[in-house]
Amino acid sequence: MSPKVVIAMSGGVDSSVAAFLLKKQGYDVTGMMLRLWSEPGKEDSNRCCTPDAVGQARRVAAKLDIPFYVIDAKEIFRQTVVSAFLDGYARGETPNPCLVCNRQIRWEFLLNHALALGAEFMATGHYVRKRVTADGRQELLRGIDPSKDQSYVLHVLTQEKLARALFPVGDYPKTEIRHLAEEAGLSVAKRPDSQDLCFLAGEDYRGFLQRHAPEILQPGEIVRRDGQVVGRHSGLPNYTIGQRKGLGIASAVALYVIEKDAAANRLIVGEADELGSRTLLAGHVHWTSGVTPQTPFRAEVKSRYTAQAAPAVVTPLGDGSQASVTFDSNQRDITPGQAAVFYDREVVLGGGIILKTF
Amino acid sequence: MIYLDYAATTPLDARVFAAMRPYFDETFGNPSSVHRYGQRAEAALEAARETLAHTLNCLPEEMLFTSGGSESDNLALRGVPLATRRPGAEILTSRAEHPAVGKTALDLAKNFGCAVRWLDVDEFGRVSPDTLEKAIGPQTALVSLMYANNEIGSINPIAELAAVARARGVPFHTDAVQAAAYLPLDVQALGVDLLSLGGHKFYGPKGIGALYVRKGTPLAPQITGGGQESGRRAGTSNIPLIVGLARALELTAAEREIRAAHVRPLRDHLIGQVLETIPDARLTGHPAERLPNHASFVFENVDGNFLLTLLDAAGFACSSGSACKTGNPEPSEVVSALGLPREWAFGSLRVTLGKDSTAPEVDSFLQTLPALVEKARSVTSDQ
Repeated sequence: MSPKVVIAMSGGVDSSVAAFLLKKQGYDVTGMMLRLWSEPGKEDSNRCCTPDAVGQARRVAAKLDIPFYVIDAKEIFRQTVVSAFLDGYARGETPNPCLVCNRQIRWEFLLNHALALGAEFMATGHYVRKRVTADGRQELLRGIDPSKDQSYVLHVLTQEKLARALFPVGDYPKTEIRHLAEEAGLSVAKRPDSQDLCFLAGEDYRGFLQRHAPEILQPGEIVRRDGQVVGRHSGLPNYTIGQRKGLGIASAVALYVIEKDAAANRLIVGEADELGSRTLLAGHVHWTSGVTPQTPFRAEVKSRYTAQAAPAVVTPLGDGSQASVTFDSNQRDITPGQAAVFYDREVVLGGGIILKTF
Repeated sequence: MIYLDYAATTPLDARVFAAMRPYFDETFGNPSSVHRYGQRAEAALEAARETLAHTLNCLPEEMLFTSGGSESDNLALRGVPLATRRPGAEILTSRAEHPAVGKTALDLAKNFGCAVRWLDVDEFGRVSPDTLEKAIGPQTALVSLMYANNEIGSINPIAELAAVARARGVPFHTDAVQAAAYLPLDVQALGVDLLSLGGHKFYGPKGIGALYVRKGTPLAPQITGGGQESGRRAGTSNIPLIVGLARALELTAAEREIRAAHVRPLRDHLIGQVLETIPDARLTGHPAERLPNHASFVFENVDGNFLLTLLDAAGFACSSGSACKTGNPEPSEVVSALGLPREWAFGSLRVTLGKDSTAPEVDSFLQTLPALVEKARSVTSDQ
């Protein structure tokens, strides 16, 4: 009997083609789709699972003649992803909910459902690759298409989860995936790729915070490093590190947001040469191999989803759950709450959440 | 695959299909036409109407053909209060009704100036004549209470309920869509004024239903156009489906006892075994006053939709009490109306048998279910 695999479907082209490829490779394929949380009254607008998207996924499953099921994850999504999002902003960070979703919803909650269904593997339409080394270790690799690589959000996967994972589209460039979709007759909507958070339903996150955690949008002082007050801010979450425009400060020199001091509710600004840093501290560090390196090592480190990986020295700290990263050169816009992901060329070594910069 | 979802729909009986077949091509006429093509079609239409009337013990002209149970319910609920043209006309119904009744009542309240009063149900989802007696009044334009519940199988004491309405001169409608496969449909014995039927619940075709309307009951048509169905439901008569509905109902009436005697012991065994072998399981609906093919349960700390997924993957087609296919786990109105604790209300399962169900099928189901309930519990998020 061919191995059973559950494909996490979204109705989009990537997961649809992933399902098609798995079927072609001879797997016993079952489609599953998560129903995620949306704000009350906007239940039909979570970008990842609108009724349209569910209908689309259902049509693809019918076309491929595979069973398809929708799994409810509303409550657990709210308890984990949405609450972590609000907590992150309350700490003065810019959280990345997709990391939490991949760790706790897709690759925990959904994976458990897939395994309960008797699946040996779970697949997604992510642009990453997987390799098993000669000694049986699971390696996570960047996707072939550098413009589509999604290893940044999947660095959270453990050895156990990687052993269950399949990533059929990571071996192809996006253009090839579109060709395959046409070839297979999968009339998936050409939805624009979006970086928006699914549960914001296309809205700005500030309005969401205003509705769900107005207490973290307290106005406060804008100060220079030396404590000199130069203006007022409207709430720390309304600003991003490196932001220059919209600060409302009259100043002879250009001033940039360089840090958020959540404890004192102060926004710290400085001149261009104060912006950026070479060193960051990461927490909740996870090593893909399952083994904490004993000594500092050189790696390329990506500090944002859209950033280029930059050469650095990574130093594991304590039991390995923290690490410091010192880049060879100054990096602008390193933002606490985002992940720092370590690479050895195309191989993901691990990563963590940026706690602060130095 | 083993099909255990006969309350959702049933396969078309081969004898019904055979009766329908000539009316797709050979006898294709429009019964409203003057010529002999039309005459032959009209003969079939009126013969079907007589068959229905015979089974329901009513006059042929008291039977209307519709597109199915939902349209029949809509026609009754909208047609009666709107025909009275009384502002604030009140509809009495319960929270345990099929959405074709419940949602229609809500729409009438929201958009058509009617009032809705929801009658309390007991722990089995049933309405007592006493409850109706206390609620009914001069403002009541229509009472609508279902004969047997689709989700939990409970049977309402329709004759007693209808008697309460009759004593007050208030029209009484019953949705008999789920009941028709197994319960007697004599409208004189039941004392109802309107009764809804849907063909596909008793081995007839989908897309066809009927509404019994007692002579003299005011009814405002909801589909206007040609004068079909005595001007009460316009649209060219769908002869093949009408013939199929009549043949299916005729067979059901003739075989009712045999079919019930076949499914009841299988169903009793199923309920007994589920409650015995699965911890934290409860029967929903009345233990005795329920449809003979119907078993329904709730399991504590189970996502009912995921249990259905596991069952489907294991080769068993069942259904739940909630809005199933969407993955939305909110308990249905019916299950909510039973007042179950939250940890129970999400884990509903409905298993319904049919004339082709067998003892080995039920045994195979019973051997599989306990492990799947455990699996579903192992992934429940709110443990």
